[in-house]
Amino acid sequence: MTGTTSPITAEQLSATTLLRFATAGSVDDGKSTLVGRLLHDSKSVLTDQLEAVERASQVRGQQAPDLALLTDGLRAEREQGITIDVAYRYFATARRRFILADTPGHVQYTRNMVTGASTAELAVVLVDARNGVVEQTRRHAAVAALLRVPHVVLAVNKMDLVGYEESVFTAIAEEFTAYAASLGVPDVAAIPISALAGDNVVEPSANMHWYGGPTVLEHLETVRVGHDLTACPPRFPVQYVIRPQTAEHPDYRGYAGQIASGLLRVGDPVTVLPSGRTTTIAGIDALGSPVDTAWAPQSVTVLLSDDVDVSRGDLIAPTAHAPAVTQDITATACHLHERPLRVGERVLLKHATRTVKAIVKELPYRIDLSHGLAHEENPAALEVNDIGAVVLRTAEPLPVDAYAESRLTGSFLLIDPADGATLTAGMAGEPFAARPQAPASDDDGWDF
Amino acid sequence: MTTTARQTGASASPYALTHLDALESEAVHIFREVAGEFERPVILFSGGKDSIVMLHLALKAFAPAAVPFALLHVDTGHNFPEVLELRDRTVAEHHLRLHVAKVQDYIDDGRLRERPDGLRNPLQTVPLTDTIRELRFDAVFGGGRRDEEKARAKERVFSLRDEFSQWDPRRQRPELWSLYNGRHAPGEHVRVFPLSNWTELDVWQYIARERIALPEIYFAHRREVFRRAGMWLTAGDWGGPKAGEPVETRQVRYRTVGDMSCTGAVDSDAVTLEAVITEIAASRLTERGATRADDKMSEAAMEDRKREGYF
Repeated sequence: MTGTTSPITAEQLSATTLLRFATAGSVDDGKSTLVGRLLHDSKSVLTDQLEAVERASQVRGQQAPDLALLTDGLRAEREQGITIDVAYRYFATARRRFILADTPGHVQYTRNMVTGASTAELAVVLVDARNGVVEQTRRHAAVAALLRVPHVVLAVNKMDLVGYEESVFTAIAEEFTAYAASLGVPDVAAIPISALAGDNVVEPSANMHWYGGPTVLEHLETVRVGHDLTACPPRFPVQYVIRPQTAEHPDYRGYAGQIASGLLRVGDPVTVLPSGRTTTIAGIDALGSPVDTAWAPQSVTVLLSDDVDVSRGDLIAPTAHAPAVTQDITATACHLHERPLRVGERVLLKHATRTVKAIVKELPYRIDLSHGLAHEENPAALEVNDIGAVVLRTAEPLPVDAYAESRLTGSFLLIDPADGATLTAGMAGEPFAARPQAPASDDDGWDF
Repeated sequence: MTTTARQTGASASPYALTHLDALESEAVHIFREVAGEFERPVILFSGGKDSIVMLHLALKAFAPAAVPFALLHVDTGHNFPEVLELRDRTVAEHHLRLHVAKVQDYIDDGRLRERPDGLRNPLQTVPLTDTIRELRFDAVFGGGRRDEEKARAKERVFSLRDEFSQWDPRRQRPELWSLYNGRHAPGEHVRVFPLSNWTELDVWQYIARERIALPEIYFAHRREVFRRAGMWLTAGDWGGPKAGEPVETRQVRYRTVGDMSCTGAVDSDAVTLEAVITEIAASRLTERGATRADDKMSEAAMEDRKREGYF
């Protein structure tokens, strides 16, 4: 086992990195068992939690402790034996700490998986080895591709029920990897497991000598994360203006925010959008102490050389790589609310730190994820869990990136102005990376 | 040092943040979003470790300016004196404004009645929601963490409450990326949880890294305690022990600080931060499972209280 039971020193622990990942699986693929085993074997299920599960299982007349009760936190979930909502779980090994977005496979799967995948750096897609790649698997792969989750793990589960046959695994892995590649998923790791028997989840399997790769946990511990954002052009949405106006800091005027992508350096020439004013970065305060360089996703305070007008909602970007500002946004949308989204609807659009009025101009198509991404042209509305294209006109210009370039400055929410409900999640640009692309220098139909 | 992120051996990338830097950055982002979008935010502050860490993060988020929020303490009347002392010292040190809502006032004038079991934590909900309404707070920061309890694992970072402060877990807004939706109608407010993604161990490691001062009851010390419902409770004026509950002096510390009627001590020799961290890393019991009577009342105790307006 990878050091999960040996004592961990405080120093080791604070040097670890954080991996956010999401799980996706259909009802009977064994997702709860996999999550339960990861939590259990990494010492994240503690005695009193297990006792509570045992007690509750007995009350329900169940023979064995029902590990789903560990994760089903709501009364209604336990009563109905279903998972309603995304839950977040936490566990750690000596090498890494994990935040797991545990997304239900049953009801409203698209909305929930989109929610979990939006912050995930890795998605685990579960497949039942007996059934292979099914409609749900393709849906999960499509959502991971749509949300541009950088790493996908295909966990081929229940290998014990197919005699641990290499050929079964290889066929499923090849079919899935080809489908994922067609969606533009850059990186798939396929792992044959039995969550129930414990094969290749935490411990290497004694039953599959033909498999030479890592276990699920080893892969989660070692997959490289955290470098993609810093390779992108810098984007700094201004959240809040810090002006102490004290005797000690009479003239301090700092722009606070979390770096959405890229690196910021003192001395960089920058442009403030949407005004287009240019200046340079005079200083960067990283939560109280000055630094020369800062990068995504650090929260910092930026000081500018010139006294330009900057306020919450503005975006600071390098002058050489500033995004265009536009009032016409074409995006892929996942509709989240029971109230349908229709053409002509007036909404609020929250992009980074700015919220503006917007109108739905067009719904060009709806994607049917279950049938090889078939398009339905000009649907009457986007219903809950629908994924489709949306064309919006905003009341003010916005610096929107392609979601493929920046998950934070390429995404937005649509909000109902009447009651504040979150209606729709938007990702600017084309849905899938592998759709036919124009030469790199051309405008390939994205909105900026 | 010219950068805040510690570079780690676990990743080949020079730009990977340590988990504490990533959690700190996320929490600071949440504080600044609230400062940017709400009129009257307040931080719930009890003097316990989570609220102390919350305040520390808020101080960093707005440095070198002052924290643009007031503090609110819901005082059960059964507090540990060491905790109140630290609360008042912290408020004075940072020139903060503290509101105190007292459960005792509600009992004295008949708006609340003492429970037969003597627990006062469940009585906090009414003074809390009354104060939010009277002082028209529109965003209320709480130190709740999703790892504490399975109902809390379902909680959003921005959690909309209706005019009765109620939480409806089935009608939560989906929360994607770091785009928090704080829109609310007049009378409604939003509970905000900047420590959502922190675990008990993260909180302690952060306290150690940042050298944050804590009330002494978090470290092992000798204290007069008695046994009730499987927990070591501190003897005192609040109502313990009863006849047949013999008092012993034991070496104990607290993992969580609620009020004295429902917060149990654990046997411990951990007198330093490092020892506390080692002890928690090896513990087979959760923080609340070990020492909180209010969570043991039923399988859905936390969910039910949250629905009524509790944190």
